[in-house]
Amino acid sequence: MTYVLHPMGDHAVVIEIGSKIESSAIQTIQEITNYLDETPPKWMIEYIPAFTTVTIVYDPIIAYKQSHQHSLPIDFIKLQLHEILSNLTRNKSMTERIIEIPVCYGEEYGPDIETVAEVNGLSVDEVIELHSSANYLVYMIGFSPGFPYLGGMSERIATPRRKTPRLTIPARSVGIAGMQTGIYPIDTPGGWQLIGRTPIKLFQPEKEQPSLLRAGDTVIFKPISKKQFENWEI
Amino acid sequence: MITILKPGLLTTVQDSGRYGYQKYGVVAGGVMDQFAHVIANILVGNEKNSPVLEITMVGPVIKFDQDTVIAICGADLSPAVNGKKIGNWRPVLIKKGSELIFGNCQTGCRAYLAAAGGFKIPEVMDSKSTYLRAGIGGFQGRALKKGDKLFLEASSELSNHLMQSFLKKGSSDGFVMTHWRIYWETFYQKSSCIRVMKGRQYHLFKRRSQEYFFRDLFTVTTASDRMGYRLQGPILELNGQKEMISEAVSFGTIQVPADGNPILLLADRQTTGGYPKIGEVASVDLPTLAQVRPGDSLSFKEITCEDAQLLLIEREKRIELLRKEILLKFS
Repeated sequence: MTYVLHPMGDHAVVIEIGSKIESSAIQTIQEITNYLDETPPKWMIEYIPAFTTVTIVYDPIIAYKQSHQHSLPIDFIKLQLHEILSNLTRNKSMTERIIEIPVCYGEEYGPDIETVAEVNGLSVDEVIELHSSANYLVYMIGFSPGFPYLGGMSERIATPRRKTPRLTIPARSVGIAGMQTGIYPIDTPGGWQLIGRTPIKLFQPEKEQPSLLRAGDTVIFKPISKKQFENWEI
Repeated sequence: MITILKPGLLTTVQDSGRYGYQKYGVVAGGVMDQFAHVIANILVGNEKNSPVLEITMVGPVIKFDQDTVIAICGADLSPAVNGKKIGNWRPVLIKKGSELIFGNCQTGCRAYLAAAGGFKIPEVMDSKSTYLRAGIGGFQGRALKKGDKLFLEASSELSNHLMQSFLKKGSSDGFVMTHWRIYWETFYQKSSCIRVMKGRQYHLFKRRSQEYFFRDLFTVTTASDRMGYRLQGPILELNGQKEMISEAVSFGTIQVPADGNPILLLADRQTTGGYPKIGEVASVDLPTLAQVRPGDSLSFKEITCEDAQLLLIEREKRIELLRKEILLKFS
């Protein structure tokens, strides 16, 4: 595995894997985070995965104590991370999770679906067909609680953001911004083109894993009717 | 129990933060001034991480429905009980039925009120901090309002000991406090000179912008909150445009959006960001930042990661010494 360690301030280190968004980087990141989940070092407060990086947030005081006050926290942490990363075994049988997300396209839930169709010279049905026939990879969770950055959307439905962002986008809205598609877990302001809404919750603070999705998951959208949406039981 | 008679500008329940959930996009949050938070808890015999009230600029009016040992650290918002001023940075016994009122904001921006035992607050994702934007944690996921009643956990042996020694002294003013206080001044930077490490994208900025950054004054604008301070000063420019891939940000990250005005990210920062980072504030200077008000000016002075960590270790030793001294005073 090739990586570079960069200190970020005095209590975080960025592990950088490549400089392009690609699925091999996502897989390496998953290998690292799986290891950290199973064997969390004492000095680690938490980790934050992104497209090409995993940032390790650490407690410099605990690191100092663990080094028996012999070395500076940053030196100790770098050494520890090199050790972890060089011994990381390739995990052959990565469990792939496929998560189906029901979406009621259009109606009052997707007020911009006609814009998306118009911009791309398609019918609304074609937009739905293209959006719901692809497999999407969750690159990372960020921006707001449980918000997935998804890769894999067809270029044929790519649509620029709205000129004027909406002050509130209702939770569970499914939208398109440029080449990306995503789902808003909580009410947030934003400029995405809204094409539908899912009845399922992406962010559940009361659960041990509060985010339905994790980096590395595969997401599939399944069209449902307005009636199915309204009668959906969670 | 305490009752909020007036909420003040923004009074929330906070602890040291919600850690372990940033990977799910959940903000860490927690107190803005970690030093004042820890000291306030030590002063009343609590665990360091117990939840406290974070009080912003205009303080609340609080009625105490039971004898309660409290400590207020951080900003001096002129706290008074029954018309008499009480001191910050020391334990104070407030007698049952007394009202705590805050006045003018003399120094700083945020005060921290710890009560012996700690506030009884349910944990959400391992933390008692209020996350306003998502409406979770703290007291019903929101800032305190008139009429809210907060209960206290059973106090520690140390807190009880403290209470007894105060009760022996007695007072007719509705409160008793110590003569001594924590000499907090040496833990904060005077003149708001903030020590900063070079950020991950520092090298992408124009030479001139790099110079301005470590030389000029930046004003904290009114569009500033617990999420971040928007700064105004010289415009900071990149050498050409570079597409950034979003990655983690931190408490103290200074990022620069396309308009060239830096944003200093604080307790309620988002988990990741896509703007170039010119600097990272040294952890020891975060409490100083927490006490800066809109309109104040900041300057940045370069420090290495190594030196920033040495300062942090030094501060930790001093806090530990303080804790031991306080224990001696109580026993």
